[in-house]
Amino acid sequence: MRGFWKLTFVEMKLFLREPVAAFFTLAFPLMLLFLFGSIYGNEPTPFFGGYGSVDVSVPGYTAMIIATSGLLSLAINMASYREHGILRRLKATPLRPQAILGAQVIVIFLMTALGMALLIIAGKMVYGLRFDGNPLSVLAAFVLSCMSFFALGFVLAGLLPTARTAQIVAMAIFYPMIFLSGAGLPREILPQNIREFAQVLPLTHVVTLLQGLWRGQSLGDHVLELGILSALLIIGILISAKTFRWE
Amino acid sequence: MQQKTVIQVEHLRKVYGSTVAVDDISFQVYQGEIFGMVGPNGAGKTTTIECIEGLRRPDGGNIRVLDLDPYVDGYALRLRIGIQLQEAVLQDRIKVWEALDLYASFYPHSVDWQPLLEQLGLADKRNTPFGKLSGGQKQRLFIALALVHDPEVVFLDELTTGLDPQARRAMWDLVRGIRERNKTILLTTHFMEEAERLCDRVAIVERGRIVALDTPENLIRRLGAENRVIFTVDGQFEPQQLSKLTGVTRVETIGERVIVYAREAGVVGEVVNVLTTNGTRFRDLRTEQPNLEDVFLALTGREMRD
Repeated sequence: MRGFWKLTFVEMKLFLREPVAAFFTLAFPLMLLFLFGSIYGNEPTPFFGGYGSVDVSVPGYTAMIIATSGLLSLAINMASYREHGILRRLKATPLRPQAILGAQVIVIFLMTALGMALLIIAGKMVYGLRFDGNPLSVLAAFVLSCMSFFALGFVLAGLLPTARTAQIVAMAIFYPMIFLSGAGLPREILPQNIREFAQVLPLTHVVTLLQGLWRGQSLGDHVLELGILSALLIIGILISAKTFRWE
Repeated sequence: MQQKTVIQVEHLRKVYGSTVAVDDISFQVYQGEIFGMVGPNGAGKTTTIECIEGLRRPDGGNIRVLDLDPYVDGYALRLRIGIQLQEAVLQDRIKVWEALDLYASFYPHSVDWQPLLEQLGLADKRNTPFGKLSGGQKQRLFIALALVHDPEVVFLDELTTGLDPQARRAMWDLVRGIRERNKTILLTTHFMEEAERLCDRVAIVERGRIVALDTPENLIRRLGAENRVIFTVDGQFEPQQLSKLTGVTRVETIGERVIVYAREAGVVGEVVNVLTTNGTRFRDLRTEQPNLEDVFLALTGREMRD
């Protein structure tokens, strides 16, 4: 166990030393928040159902961080660890495989949570962010969304041969999803047919779930989203268990 | 040498698809020796060593390391063996001290890694990220990681590949130093000179099989190859004056270059004697002994290439 925690701690330090990953997980969402916050403010408007732009953006950007972590950080990192033999070297120690992968999941999860915490703190302090939900429900939905997308990240890392292809494919999935799901842009500004199409994107359901809970809806109101994300998680685990390779 | 068997390999076989990587390899490694597997790239050395390390599952045969089955008892075995993998890397941004601290934490018992850093000449690189180390420094760090838990057996796979000749020689001293700590070493290399200088016993591997196994001296002696005395003559030269000497098998002249083949290395004294007595002027005289490279060439009919 000592080795597992030490590995988690070292991986955390390495994550923070990697400017690109740390930027997109921690700094970039804040920049978006301040950019659009300074343009639109956070006045309640009927356009957002009586909420302000920031109230809608914070859960949306949280969904964006979840996608960044799972699809970009985790998938590319795992593919590159495999390609360079870092996983192989770790496997040549008495560490169990689940400890090696578990450390990665914990680090990415904590960084995602930190990204969300920074958004909430900044939103609260600068724009008077409004939160009408149950914190525990939001936390549960956040954990489920993270795990579903991390599983997707492991699937990509398993299916794609190199870090380079993992990066290309992950980005090709990531960018359309960010803009169409309502994570990066409020979905209220998107035309109806695009919003309907976006229902096939897993991230759309993360946005719907988090924004709904944010406004005080209960988990029971989102059985569809919870079901889709749980299914994604289970399928992701099953596929990556088959396809994940250590070298 | 103590003859306690540390590694026992019997009829090891490993197949990838339709390629037979290892085809019936058997050997033993005794406690305290440096045992080398040499052969060209793709001969099956790495597959063999990785089966012994428990990282690959053999398709046939039997392996015991420290009385454990490396695949079945992998976790128990890995506490007692140190592994340096061919072409592995660490995370670019991990610092040298962090890597040692991390790998030490994987084992219930580990040595103090500070002195280890000094012995391996990495003390001043303590805070350097892995990605900024030179090739030789990276390999020394991998040795340190393989030794951090004071293992009984150390596996070194192509340790000096990619190193310049100076770094390679420094590495040989380090490996001898590991043996002096009473550890057993199994290494692979495709440098015949490295095997000859470093190993107590050598298995020559070719196309998934061991074609010869003995001490380097015995392998060379058994080859029965001739020593060569090579020099350049100025002016007249009569080959007959040398071919009459006892032990000389033949004399070859190519222009002004002369090669004397002899069974005994000691013939060089007599060659010089005859040449001086006869007043033959010569220069650039040197002798060549048969080496493992010749053994490999004789056994496989082809030359080693990097």
